[in-house]
Amino acid sequence: MLLKILWRNALRHRLRTSLTVAGMVVAILSFGLLRTVIDAWYAGVAASAANRLVTRNAISLIFPLPLSYAAQIRAVDGVRLVALGNWFGAYYQDPKNFFANFAVSADSYLAMYPELVFPEADKAAFMRDRKGAAVGAKLATRFGWKLGQTIVLTGTIFPGNWEFTLRAIYKGRDRTVDETMFILHWDYLNETMKEQSPHRADQVGFFMIEVNDSTRAAGIAQAIDARFANSRAETLTETEKAFQLGFVAMSEAIILAIRAVSFVVIAIILAVVANTMAMSVRERRREYAVLKTLGFTGTQIAGLIFGESLVITALGGALGIALTFPAAQAFKAAVGQFFPIFNVSRETILLDAAVSLTVGLLAAAAPAYTAARVRVAQALRKLG
Amino acid sequence: MAEAPLIIIKDVVKSYRRGNQTLPVLTDIDLTVPRGAFLALMGPSGSGKSTLLNLIAGLDAPDSGEIVVDGLTVSDLTESDLARWRAVHVGFIFQFYNLIPVLTALENVELPLLLSGLSRRQRREHAENALALVGLSDRLDHYPAELSGGQQQRVSIARAVVSDPTLIVADEPTGDLDRNSAEDVLNLMERLNLELGKTIVMVTHDPHAARRARTMIYLDKGVLSDAPQNPLA
Repeated sequence: MLLKILWRNALRHRLRTSLTVAGMVVAILSFGLLRTVIDAWYAGVAASAANRLVTRNAISLIFPLPLSYAAQIRAVDGVRLVALGNWFGAYYQDPKNFFANFAVSADSYLAMYPELVFPEADKAAFMRDRKGAAVGAKLATRFGWKLGQTIVLTGTIFPGNWEFTLRAIYKGRDRTVDETMFILHWDYLNETMKEQSPHRADQVGFFMIEVNDSTRAAGIAQAIDARFANSRAETLTETEKAFQLGFVAMSEAIILAIRAVSFVVIAIILAVVANTMAMSVRERRREYAVLKTLGFTGTQIAGLIFGESLVITALGGALGIALTFPAAQAFKAAVGQFFPIFNVSRETILLDAAVSLTVGLLAAAAPAYTAARVRVAQALRKLG
Repeated sequence: MAEAPLIIIKDVVKSYRRGNQTLPVLTDIDLTVPRGAFLALMGPSGSGKSTLLNLIAGLDAPDSGEIVVDGLTVSDLTESDLARWRAVHVGFIFQFYNLIPVLTALENVELPLLLSGLSRRQRREHAENALALVGLSDRLDHYPAELSGGQQQRVSIARAVVSDPTLIVADEPTGDLDRNSAEDVLNLMERLNLELGKTIVMVTHDPHAARRARTMIYLDKGVLSDAPQNPLA
């Protein structure tokens, strides 16, 4: 019966409750989407493996390293596998068709990234064809590419039109894997450079290193950098996670702003729900006095108010969470090229639920305190 | 040996503060109410009738003095103890019924029983019986807004008796009713007193209502004054 009272009280002013619930829906939806945007920013970090290191030029990522470093890195104790690559920086048909494209040493790179899952035959076809390309399933879907199709990319870092034959399409092993990458053979790039711009040949943008023991990653990174200390191209080696965090750090101010806005939204809805509860309690002061008269204690009356507030925020929270998924899908469709991984995480949903609960409790705190302290004789006073 | 009175009020003083002013409402009240009494408390507006009723029912505390109900000094109880005591021992009838608008008649009557530890089925049974007693068995699922004033007051009476309290207090129970409905309510209260032996303390302005009580007392400017005895007493 108490639940019945909570529910009926919550629906007593249908318009007011509907508007408050609607506000809660918008707040939770916004909060969930903003958190998902932040998660998307950190997607690369989340997908990083602890046993992978990245070696780049110590001055900046835009400066290359000599190909000869590969053999020296391979010789460092604890290194199992070395792959190399360059950011290719090309686009498809129009500069706005932006996506990640890398020229890599395909055999070692794909061996190092088992999370990119290929059909074996397609992978073998990609390995055999130096002008072949492998792309993520989402990228293929975005442009409607099919296996065997010729794809022409326009280079920006490596100018000209580059023709590739699509040989393989990979899927991610899980939801955190980026399925929007375009992978081509580094050898193809290097051979072309040898012909067209010999001074750019045998230059590597980064080395990916897989180590035997992830607990030794820091020591191995130091050993690699020590090997190239005081050379013409000193290196900076860090874990894949630190490398990815370096990219995120460039956008730190934006992320901070998004984070702040997400909490401002919650603060606003907290004020709205608190106002709704305060109005309800003010209107029902006499009823609470009657309940006290019948023997209900202040704590029990406060419980009714907390319960009513939680009914409103739970309703809004549940609807907001339910709407977050289609909204995230729509958001992804609109700006997917900027956020290859845009998934509403379990943590975000749990955070949404926790926020709904917290708003419900905080919004009711002051009104519940007031109602619990209602003086029966005053509330029902009638001099006589 | 004579039965002990249900209510004993000794030297009770009560005042209210309004700004810097202290307004005396009750001055040195002494009163005893026997078990099974039907007492009408009369007096002009501002005489302190409702304040005295609130003190007897444990809704307010006196500044000084002692109030004993059924052997328990209620003026010494804490607020939460008073709430528990009221739930078991006191039934309330208000002038404006004070039913909860989002609950049906049955649910309103069932409300005090939520604190009793009875099962859902038992609560429903008790509430149905109480509504049958006031002649509203056919209005169980009606909301207060769907009932007339007289019917609402009868629901309020059913709510007051459902937990079988020792004492029923009524504050102007007929004050908002037409003549016929008022008569029904007074008949009901009379039955509660005569047939079920309930002790009733009723505040009223209405001499007609007061005459239905078995005893009348008068309050004037916070002081009890001699009251003519009701012919029924």
